[in-house]
Amino acid sequence: MKMKRTFSALLVVLALCGVVGYSSSAYAAGDTPHPPKQDWSFSGMFGTYDKGALQRGLKVYQNVCSACHGMKHLRYRNLTALGYNENQVKNIAAQYSVTDGPNDEGEMFERTAIPSDAFVSPYPNEAAAKYANNGAYPVDLSLITKARHSGSDYVYGLLTGYSEPEHGVEVPEGKYYNKYFPGHVISMAPPLSDDIVAYDDGTPTTTEQYAKDVAHFLTWAADPYMEDRKRIGLRVIIFLLVFAGIMYAYKRQLWADLH
Amino acid sequence: MAKATTADNKAHGESRRDFLQLTAAAFGAVGVGSVAWPLVDTMNPAKDTLALSTTEVDLSPIQVGQSITVMWRGKPVFIRRRTEAEIEEARSVDVSGLIDKQSDAERIERPEWLVVVGICTHLGCVPVGTKTGEVKGDYGGWFCPCHGSHYDTSGRIRKGPAPKNLAVPDYEFLSDTRIKIG
Amino acid sequence: MGSGQREKFDNPVVEWVDSRLPVFTLMQREYGSFPVPKNFNYFWNFGAIAGVMLVTMIVTGIVLAMQYTAHTDLAFDSVERIMRDVNFGWMLRYMHSNGASFFFIAVYIHIFRGMYYGSYKGPRELLWILGVVIFLLMMATAFIGYVLPWGQMSYWGATVITNLFSALPLVGEPIVTWLWGGFSVDNPTLNRFFALHYLLPFVIFAVVFLHVWALHICGSNNPEGIEPKSEQDTVSFHPYYTIKDSFGLLFFLVLYCLFVFFAPDYLGHPDNYIPADPLVTPAHIVPEWYFLPFYAILRAITFEIGIPFTDIVFITAKLGGVIAMFGAIALWFVMPWLDTHPVRSARYRPLYRTFFILLVIDFVALGYIGSQAADAVLFGLPLSVMGLICTAYYFAFFLVILPVLSKKEKVKTLPNSIHDAVLAKNKSHS
Repeated sequence: MKMKRTFSALLVVLALCGVVGYSSSAYAAGDTPHPPKQDWSFSGMFGTYDKGALQRGLKVYQNVCSACHGMKHLRYRNLTALGYNENQVKNIAAQYSVTDGPNDEGEMFERTAIPSDAFVSPYPNEAAAKYANNGAYPVDLSLITKARHSGSDYVYGLLTGYSEPEHGVEVPEGKYYNKYFPGHVISMAPPLSDDIVAYDDGTPTTTEQYAKDVAHFLTWAADPYMEDRKRIGLRVIIFLLVFAGIMYAYKRQLWADLH
Repeated sequence: MAKATTADNKAHGESRRDFLQLTAAAFGAVGVGSVAWPLVDTMNPAKDTLALSTTEVDLSPIQVGQSITVMWRGKPVFIRRRTEAEIEEARSVDVSGLIDKQSDAERIERPEWLVVVGICTHLGCVPVGTKTGEVKGDYGGWFCPCHGSHYDTSGRIRKGPAPKNLAVPDYEFLSDTRIKIG
Repeated sequence: MGSGQREKFDNPVVEWVDSRLPVFTLMQREYGSFPVPKNFNYFWNFGAIAGVMLVTMIVTGIVLAMQYTAHTDLAFDSVERIMRDVNFGWMLRYMHSNGASFFFIAVYIHIFRGMYYGSYKGPRELLWILGVVIFLLMMATAFIGYVLPWGQMSYWGATVITNLFSALPLVGEPIVTWLWGGFSVDNPTLNRFFALHYLLPFVIFAVVFLHVWALHICGSNNPEGIEPKSEQDTVSFHPYYTIKDSFGLLFFLVLYCLFVFFAPDYLGHPDNYIPADPLVTPAHIVPEWYFLPFYAILRAITFEIGIPFTDIVFITAKLGGVIAMFGAIALWFVMPWLDTHPVRSARYRPLYRTFFILLVIDFVALGYIGSQAADAVLFGLPLSVMGLICTAYYFAFFLVILPVLSKKEKVKTLPNSIHDAVLAKNKSHS
């Protein structure tokens, strides 16, 4: 009997391993190396975002990435989560202008952005973006860390993964070699270099630090409720475990008379 | 002796079971409640809807005697720049004789500007009288074509089936020519 | 249902209602005093768990449908709006997406439990068939549900799976065009998928009702595979199994919530966070994990069937794959007639037990193969060959092993009654 029980348990474990295994093993193909794991404050069951890193990351996005990449799922009002108050958010939004309308005369017009507006995209549409970038489309970054495997590490790896071509990869004119980009040939020029964005909190202004901060910011942008999710989740799990414990005791008590 | 112990054990077991049953029921109730609330709350206004719950309006293009309609929270809001005569008329009314007793002063921030939600308090139609040339009703304010309610130059109900005056939204003057509704 | 003796209730309101519409009598008979074998193990929890998951999916789904927009231009953004702006939207969406996976986990365990203990055998054939119908409906519902967020995997999954029907001779192309409502997966497709995704769960609910009804006619099977003979063999459903099921359910919910709150995107695919693009196919199109074993069977058939050394082909490789895939599930329908061995439980059928364990391993292996690229290699062996071997075993199990064992297999001695089996087990424990 005992053996049978162990066996049944084994079957369930095997099946569950199957489930988990499928999803993790599915896409290891190709010769692009996995980006190395970074030490993020948001990793793990209790991880949280670092507001300082988020604010610095926003700065890097605004000064560098936003020249080509939009983040259309974000609204300026969302930036209160980075620790800005409403007036600061208003001021950030006011740096941008959006096309609104039509007005009473049927014309579209420009106005300064307000907190309820979406992040202003650098190009009016995808075709314009491609045309301005030799046919390569600078993807929207709102969800980038969810849309790539090991997203945060990938973004960091990509931003710091530029070098001279290796392993005999041919890089055509106007393209660049990147260790972590699938196929290694990327259209985006190395966007970061030391000291291109000023930090006012004394953090070192290096390429690595910029990459780390902007990856942090992009992770938040893709998953803004992560902290709520983990906090609620912890309560739910504890509640369910205690409840299950009570039910188990009740079940034992109930069935004890039968045996 | 042995018999008594068994009975004791049984009684003990039963009270323990009652306790477990009650605790389990309590946990179940809390659990169901905690799941129900998020489900209900999804149907409340979402953050994007709430973000649009204030509207700023530029008053500078409105001439004396003119009215405009702006949208606020999906509803029309009437803004009227009242003439001296209209202000006088609104003030001179005997409040005690009104259906919904409110003085003009209670309904305005600045005498020249009347801001009201353009929804008839009867059954939710939009009264006419904002645009030049539209029927303004017997009291020079608005007239609801659905069931014939007449509103005066302070947006108060004077005649017809509507029970209340046109609602005044929360608003503040940001400057002499700019208000924020909501 | 309504006729016959009513129960007596002390509460006057209950009694008043029950004398006019005997719902309380029904509840009392079917879920209160209903006699159930007393020797269930925890594998018998998964029917109830699957039922709870179905309700979870329907409830979260209805609320999500209130916020979702079924239009190709808006679907992706409306899902993001749910994730970002709707109160608790992220939670409900993650409950729904992970709920599908956990619904399938529960149902797979439920199915394989039924196979192991011979629950499909007479008199429970129809009960089993209704279960297979539920599984097919679930697959359809899950597939079209995955299309709704309109990401890259949604779009290309829909394209690939609907194209399966083009393998049918003559009618294939018109059927695919009809499914699409156009000449590719597009707005009409998305719109009808949404309508069907809202409808099918209620159809599932109705079939579940029939499934449970059929269960209550012939009663539950049990780990010994022998019918209860006396009152000693059974206990009342309430409180014995309501409480046991509740405990099992809570434990299952812990696992479910670990995914919902701590790894919500783990079982999904990153490409589905990229909006659908009809011009760019993702590098690997992978279905959701619960389809992978069948997907592997589909891909395993890479040869055509015809007259050798001529160009005459009866069944193309494409059609062969489709037939194999649907056949793999269709076999479940006739399982009660493939396995006619009089003994139900694998506990007393050592050979069946061994082959069944191999089937489970085979099924998991198929899932792994389905998750890999078509040209992948494992331990120096092309996965396509392994896929073919695993597919062959799968079919051999049902079509060869079951009928042969039905005739040949010698069984261990069965216990006299469930009660005896329980006593023997307790003795061996103490």
